[in-house]
Amino acid sequence: MSGKKKSFEDSLLRLKEISELLEDEDTGLDESIKLYEEGVKLAKQCYSTLAEAELKIKELKADLEKDFE
Amino acid sequence: MDLFSQYEETVLTVSEITDSVKRLLESSFSGLKIVGEISNFKAHFSGHWYFTLKDANAQVSCTMWRGNNSRVFFTPQDGMKVIVEGNITVYPPRGNYQIDVRRMTVAGEGELQAAFEKLKKKLSAEGLFDEDLKKEIPEFPSKIGIVTAIDSAAFRDMVSVATRRYPLVELLVASSRVQGEGAAEEIVRSIKLLDSRDDIDLIIVGRGGGSLEDLWAFNEEIVARAIYNCNTPVISGVGHEIDFTIADFVADLRAPTPTAAMELATPDQTEIFGFIDDFSYTSTNNIFSIINNHKESVVNIISSYGFRAYDSIIKNKTQNLDNLIYRIQNNTEQMLNKYKNILDQNRNLLESHNVEKILKKGFVLVKQDENFVLRASDFDKGKETKLKFYDNEIKIK
Repeated sequence: MSGKKKSFEDSLLRLKEISELLEDEDTGLDESIKLYEEGVKLAKQCYSTLAEAELKIKELKADLEKDFE
Repeated sequence: MDLFSQYEETVLTVSEITDSVKRLLESSFSGLKIVGEISNFKAHFSGHWYFTLKDANAQVSCTMWRGNNSRVFFTPQDGMKVIVEGNITVYPPRGNYQIDVRRMTVAGEGELQAAFEKLKKKLSAEGLFDEDLKKEIPEFPSKIGIVTAIDSAAFRDMVSVATRRYPLVELLVASSRVQGEGAAEEIVRSIKLLDSRDDIDLIIVGRGGGSLEDLWAFNEEIVARAIYNCNTPVISGVGHEIDFTIADFVADLRAPTPTAAMELATPDQTEIFGFIDDFSYTSTNNIFSIINNHKESVVNIISSYGFRAYDSIIKNKTQNLDNLIYRIQNNTEQMLNKYKNILDQNRNLLESHNVEKILKKGFVLVKQDENFVLRASDFDKGKETKLKFYDNEIKIK
């Protein structure tokens, strides 16, 4: 699992978690504001990561020959 | 041998007769086409095939060398009816004859279908299709391995789907022939290669549509077992919607087409953008309402009895203080007035003593309208006049 893109998934999951916490009445004001700031930052990150992504394609041929011949 | 042959021309050695038979048979039966059922099929490690072709009453041994059998698109199974083309050869060490098979085809499409059903039944009984063995497909794969022909339309379709849906993903292609000779072996090798890496989240095995023969590699047992043994989740996408292959049954998820396989493998970025927008909207609303709720409770607390009591205590104290200050001011003023009066009295007394001294000497003060007349020019003969002596005051007119 390559770290950089795994963290995209992590970011999305965290965002989901934050939105649930913000709906939870037990979350205090200070905590809510902190969570909101974190969430807005994450949302911006995810947005630009995805918006700027370009598909990468690699062929495994070289490895294939190395491993099997 | 030469020694005996001079005298016993009719006596042949085993080698001689075998050689004669070999020559006779091999020259008489070439370019044969034989239909029969395969039994005792064995694929040797060398790559050569050995099997028996039989019908109800007879059987014949067959060999098919590696160079020839690699062009057969299917792996023969016992019981499969095939048509073989080749020549008769004699194998002297064992004194038997066999068919040297050059080509092999199925005796009809029904044979492939039958082979398919047989393998399906066998693998199903072994548990290769069990639902509870299916691995979960990751929601956000970072790297997808693809087993297909890199120059195919199917691959281009998969690339365009990935680009449209989730350009964050990386595609790693282990290009394989997906039909014809050696296709199954290449597919197996590619699957194993991708599975051996630790950076692949998901493998798609697929190809575009074609005939049953074209798709056959995906019905081969070795492909099914490779998918089964794969530690990485596998999505199959072979042919069109209507095509079902053994690979489809054993894969963790079956997609009807290669395009659909990529759709199942990737999240849709418009949905992710939607989720982010939704987060921004609802969370902003939430944080504002949280802040407002807290503001409201602050207002409630401030206007509560406790806080109001505190406020009125301050007001009372202030009032007391004002009263005190007022009283202090009042007292001071009274005191001042009192002393001022005393001072005035004393001063008057002092002044009167001065005048009396002079009057005592015999001077008289003239008074008109209760005022002393100090100059003759101020004297009014018509007015009432009083004269003040030391001892008394008399009215003279």
